[in-house]
Amino acid sequence: MAMPLESPITFSNVGKIRWWQRGIFASQTGYVLLALAVLLVIMHFASPYFFTEGNMQNVAKNFSFIAIATLGVTFVIITGGIDLSVGSMMCFSAMITSMVMTELSAPGSPLVHMAADGKTVLANVPGLILLVSILAGLGVALLGGLVNGFCIAVLGLSPFVTTLGMLSIVRGLGYVVSNGRGSFPGGPDADYFYALTSGDVLGVPVPFIYLVVLALAMAVVLHHSAFGRHVFALGGNEKAAELTGIPVVRVKIEVYVICALAAGLQGIIISGWLGSAPANMATSYELNVIAAAVIGGANLAGGIGGPLGAIVGCVLLEVIRNGLVLAQVSSYWQQTLVGVIIILAVLVDRIRSRMI
Amino acid sequence: MAHADATPVLELTGIGKEFGAIRALHDVDMQVLPGEVVGLMGDNGAGKSTLVKIIAGNFRPSHGEIRFAGSAVHFNRPVDARGVGIEVVYQDLALADNLTAAANVFLGRELKRKFGPIALLDHKAMAARALELFGELRSETRPDDLVKQMSGGQRQAVAIARTRLSNARLVMMDEPTAAISVRQVEQVLGLIHRLKEQGVAVMLISHRMPDVFAVCDRVIVMRRGEKRADKPIHQTSPEEVTALITGAKEAA
Repeated sequence: MAMPLESPITFSNVGKIRWWQRGIFASQTGYVLLALAVLLVIMHFASPYFFTEGNMQNVAKNFSFIAIATLGVTFVIITGGIDLSVGSMMCFSAMITSMVMTELSAPGSPLVHMAADGKTVLANVPGLILLVSILAGLGVALLGGLVNGFCIAVLGLSPFVTTLGMLSIVRGLGYVVSNGRGSFPGGPDADYFYALTSGDVLGVPVPFIYLVVLALAMAVVLHHSAFGRHVFALGGNEKAAELTGIPVVRVKIEVYVICALAAGLQGIIISGWLGSAPANMATSYELNVIAAAVIGGANLAGGIGGPLGAIVGCVLLEVIRNGLVLAQVSSYWQQTLVGVIIILAVLVDRIRSRMI
Repeated sequence: MAHADATPVLELTGIGKEFGAIRALHDVDMQVLPGEVVGLMGDNGAGKSTLVKIIAGNFRPSHGEIRFAGSAVHFNRPVDARGVGIEVVYQDLALADNLTAAANVFLGRELKRKFGPIALLDHKAMAARALELFGELRSETRPDDLVKQMSGGQRQAVAIARTRLSNARLVMMDEPTAAISVRQVEQVLGLIHRLKEQGVAVMLISHRMPDVFAVCDRVIVMRRGEKRADKPIHQTSPEEVTALITGAKEAA
């Protein structure tokens, strides 16, 4: 089928799209990034403490606490779906992780065999308890994501309703398994756990390192793999995706699983920072996470979004929160301001796309 | 016809389709030869789209047999039909607006390069091949432009370029000229000529009489789920076809 070119195309009627009219320069992410830069400069002049090392570490840590989940929900939003269950999923994963950790470490627990030295068998291999308990936490998230994906892709339920239900189901299960008391990471591996979740490497908080690695991986997956392309196609035109032979059901299930896993990981990291997994942990975080994604340029109608936007959205939210604290403004203003910014970000993008 | 004695690309015998109590198609026989452009005409509800959907693998026929290039075929999904070499250009073109022209052309069959265990998209190869296809179709379309920003004619070219990726032997076009400007209609009819030159059979489903008479070798008229006429284009006239479509003339 390799036909020789009869004539090279001469573009006499079709102009070239200029560099500032394409890619990041023509996206909401670009504008919000610019706004963030301006905000950082303003903060620098407004407060001498803002650009200190301690405060920067603080900011980096704080936004990393919702940014990983935001990466996950961005996948779902690009396909045109929504996941409201991320907050509950964070809590449940964290809770299962610390419960399993405590349970496996406790001598006399019915679930574990005792070794000759009086410790549990698992405790004799350093780090094994930690590994098993994190896998357990991520495992329940995976299940939750599979159920979401199955209901939405196979049964055809609306993503909003399904994940609203899952929000309640998972939160309820959290209360059931913990009796409402919450749980604490314990046992011989607890120190590793804290080091891996709330420690830092050369002054850089570990959650931030995870975030950067995951965001880079996400960028590669979205823009350089067939799966990523299918995610975008699904959000752009689901019917077209189906007609061109894209495995729509599989891709949908996969994005909800990715989202749930990201939320689960995020929850586990948060519990390490909190030192516990209370039953009301991360309540209504789904709203922060979705807000950050939307501010960063993910379009709830589907087809647009990316890791940079997710991070920019989270950073912007955190800088505003941090800035208001440093400026000694009542923290109650924070929510109001966040709401204004959500609407402004989307409004600016709307005006821009009408101007072109 | 240059290929008059060749085996038909597509041969339908006794195709019928019922949806519950509704008989959408009854006993349709037809043949399409390689390199032939066949116009499929009929009023709304005449059974055109049901027929197209059966050939494209969206529906299974209740009765009858489909033979493709001489052998009987059974399609369960559109992908099966595409597998043997039937491509469809849908009326709404089935394009994802948020992706580039090249991405749309290769949607669902992306070219990849292996990096160890990981297969990543080969953007360069896809853009080059897409540009080649747009050149073949003589459409001024840049592979890296977003489909969102394109004209109707360019969008048609993207949808048609998609059918040229594989060795398609039959391309069905559902109302390709329904919603575009006069100049763009010229372009699309030109695209159909390009396909014909390359020996691809084309089935053109259209309401627009001038387009059918401009490019088709043969016209098939459907009415009330049955085939009412199947004539070489030079043996009929727009008036006769109109009469057949409306039922003023029963059959020809």
